[in-house]
Amino acid sequence: MSNAGTLTDLAAVFMQLSLLAFGGTNSVLPEMQRQVVEVHSWLTAREFASLFALAQAAPGPNMLVVTLIGWRVAALPGALITTLGVAGPSSVLTFIGSGLWYRFRDARWRRLVQVGLMPVTGGLMMASAALLIRTTSAEWGTAAITVVATALLLFTRLHPLLVLGAAAALGATGMTT
Amino acid sequence: MPDTPAPPSLLALFLGFLSVGMVGFGGVLPWARRMVVEQRRWMTGAEFTDMLGLCQFLPGGNVMNVTIALGARFHGAAGAVTAFTGLMAAPVASVIALGVVYDRYGGLPVVRHAFAGLAAAASALVLANALKIAAPLRSRPVGLGIAVATFIAIAVLRLPLPPVLPAMAALSTLLMWQFRR
Repeated sequence: MSNAGTLTDLAAVFMQLSLLAFGGTNSVLPEMQRQVVEVHSWLTAREFASLFALAQAAPGPNMLVVTLIGWRVAALPGALITTLGVAGPSSVLTFIGSGLWYRFRDARWRRLVQVGLMPVTGGLMMASAALLIRTTSAEWGTAAITVVATALLLFTRLHPLLVLGAAAALGATGMTT
Repeated sequence: MPDTPAPPSLLALFLGFLSVGMVGFGGVLPWARRMVVEQRRWMTGAEFTDMLGLCQFLPGGNVMNVTIALGARFHGAAGAVTAFTGLMAAPVASVIALGVVYDRYGGLPVVRHAFAGLAAAASALVLANALKIAAPLRSRPVGLGIAVATFIAIAVLRLPLPPVLPAMAALSTLLMWQFRR
């Protein structure tokens, strides 16, 4: 496949994801993985999970996995295309929508749609988690890290970055893999 | 009516969101709110919450949408592009730098092991977030059913999202309307 063809495909995939990302980019992780791993074979499932983890270690919005995928597939042009692709369509909608919003803010249909979207988003988020865990829990030790980290994140006020750092340090000892 | 300060310049928008992008580890939204409402007083807390309502209603990352909406409000398209560039500049540069380091040292056993640990915790981050979002559904059987059906369609059957999302959203909205209290 030509490089220009790859860039066009990257743009198409991530612009479509942009319009589907209700509830944020994490809700489209399964579709992102399906496109990137299964449809286009740009990465393996394990590489996808690794890039997702790497993106969590950077500051900023949690959509940076998109930048890394583009960078891995087609270097800097790829990184810019996927980042702008996933931001573009939703940003245009927001730009246009911010004017209309004040007209429909109290409309009954708007509240119904918002309430209706919630369980769908919840199901999508659980699907994202399941697909990542399926890849990252290949070993006993890493599965245990996921269980303990989830409990810490849910029931303590530890900073997420601290939990990520501790998990990386524990992994580095080689005891978990 | 509290006195409203002059709207921020393009440069101020850029610098404000640049600072948010640089510090926003593990959830950028609280940092964005702090910068916009408390530090620079570009809008009131109520205005910010209202804008956030729109941004959560539309597709796309919430923080990204807030940045676009706020930039647009003060300086139209130029403001939106400027604020967005400010927000993304530092994170994109640092994530690519991380990628370069990972490519160079990713083959070392110790790095590979550390990464397996990090990836396991990153999965936990998504799971914890999903559980928080899904928790209120426990007492709503209809919503729970929709969530489970969506989960099966995407995670088990691996159906494509473009047809599933509008179908489930329409079905869900219809059911919510039928069973509204």
